[in-house]
Amino acid sequence: MMTLAEKILSMHVKKGNVKPDEIIIAEVNVAMVQDGTGPLTIMELEKIGMDRVVNPEKTVLFIDHSAPSSRKELSNAHMMMRAFANKTGAVLSEAGEGVCHQRLIEDYVLPGDVVVGADSHTCTSGALSAFATGMGSTDVGLAFALGKTWFKVPQTYKIVLKGTLPEGVYAKDIILYLIGKIGADGATYKALEFSGDIENLKMSDRFTISNMAVEAGAKVGLFPSDLITKEYLFSRGKGDKWIELYPDKDAQYEKTIEIDLNKLEPHVSFPHTVDNTRVIKDAEGVELNQVYIGTCTNGRLEDLRIAAKILKGKKIKKGLRLIVVPASREVYLNALREGLIEIFVKSGGLVLAPGCGPCVGVHEGVLGDGEKCLSTQNRNFKGRMGNPKGEIYLSSPATAAASAIVGKITDPRNFL
Amino acid sequence: MVIEGRVWKFGDSISTDHIAPGRYFHLRQNLPELAKHVLEDADPEFSKKVKQGDIIVAGENFGLGSSREHAPRIIKLAGVSLIIAKSFARIFYRNAINVGLPVLELNTDEINEGDILKVDLEKGLIEDKSTGKVYNAPPLPAFMLKIIRDGGITEHIKKYSDFNLEIDN
Ligand code: SF4
Repeated sequence: MMTLAEKILSMHVKKGNVKPDEIIIAEVNVAMVQDGTGPLTIMELEKIGMDRVVNPEKTVLFIDHSAPSSRKELSNAHMMMRAFANKTGAVLSEAGEGVCHQRLIEDYVLPGDVVVGADSHTCTSGALSAFATGMGSTDVGLAFALGKTWFKVPQTYKIVLKGTLPEGVYAKDIILYLIGKIGADGATYKALEFSGDIENLKMSDRFTISNMAVEAGAKVGLFPSDLITKEYLFSRGKGDKWIELYPDKDAQYEKTIEIDLNKLEPHVSFPHTVDNTRVIKDAEGVELNQVYIGTCTNGRLEDLRIAAKILKGKKIKKGLRLIVVPASREVYLNALREGLIEIFVKSGGLVLAPGCGPCVGVHEGVLGDGEKCLSTQNRNFKGRMGNPKGEIYLSSPATAAASAIVGKITDPRNFL
Repeated sequence: MVIEGRVWKFGDSISTDHIAPGRYFHLRQNLPELAKHVLEDADPEFSKKVKQGDIIVAGENFGLGSSREHAPRIIKLAGVSLIIAKSFARIFYRNAINVGLPVLELNTDEINEGDILKVDLEKGLIEDKSTGKVYNAPPLPAFMLKIIRDGGITEHIKKYSDFNLEIDN
């Protein structure tokens, strides 16, 4: 009678089945840091003489947040990461390879894994039925060196998705709606487990949803490992690594929340909290200076296709900046092959190297005072895009693309 | 462990971007410099006003946002001895324990800025010496208290060469 979270964690403890609220030591399969958190990991490990990794092929250091580097301090941080990877045999993911979470789901994570990352959106891999969660630099460093970590086993909220999404409404709208409904702390310390009519959701949709679980405070956002997961792994040449994973029929949930997809509308989060959501008709008309399509939330090929379909043969509003960043090199290459990049550039957009881009306010698209940006990223906190006087709105790639044409927040269904 | 200090009060939803803004990303390898900007986007003067031993008292969901461990580290570096909030974001909570910065959950509505609190961490007993009110917060789970007593998770690992869940009284 276990939930998915309990099941996966039970596969990684020495003996027995875990129970909610119990503190356990679990084996870790994949551990990662990025260039904002990794240097601190390295410094801590060196301080205690534990600068080693037990599982080098699945220990990854990502250069993605400031990639390529925007200042000398960060260049030096990157050098520290390269040197650590060289010394320990850990994998170094260079500038241009892509955002950590996208790279993890492309090449590293398998269903049933325990994944820890020094980045809050590590929960993205939960879509592959991995117990994947964000932690601090030291925590992940200890997982590098010891191959395990401690967890408090979370209680689980079951999120039941019913029906199918109407045209012009996307996975991003599901998760924005859910966060608006339960609040940015609505699931703090909990596991979210998605179920119901999920066979309608592609892996890319599931990644978007799991990616934002942390925006409701959750520890993980899990999908079962089903036939869609299997197909995804086969498409990546790892079909033999698929295992089926479902919660038990009689699993105990702390809460169950149902969402009727048939009636869902496009949603937008207003500044400065993700749960400050509005349905599109109450959001329309906000004038924009910048639109950003990309990130670990919505920078996948499927997202770029949706945006390109709307932008094809059109021009973005004069005076507006459209920034597009493919989430990984693979996404970039596929978008090039499909002609999507050309569509963005011809429409007046600018395309940057795979990575986090302007998402975290380090470089590439920092907002000016009073400027407004509509972004497909996952959070819109004050100062997030490098300026506390800027305003960030969040939406799906479709809403972002439509809004870039009009220059104001716009219902994407007008462009279908 | 008994902690006594003066209160700085903050509201709900203080994010890691308020605490350690992304525009100081380049200072992340230089924590003392980064600490000069601690909580800057919530109170620009905070780092100048805060004194050794002071206590932060806040509302709901303190520390939401990114996994940056720099956030609790620079709060601690700035001199703060304890954070009491209505609730904490999960990663911040865990990071705070790991860096040896104690945290307690409590309805903080009646605690005012400038009050002097005396806190017994093991018991979760909080005495507001300015108003005379006494509160009971749920004490930290034993394993986390142990990490705090050891001085943080790295010290804990140094001491035991591993995680040690055993509870010593
Ligand atoms: S794209 Fe944004 S949210 Fe995703 S890892 Fe990078 S900075 Fe974090």
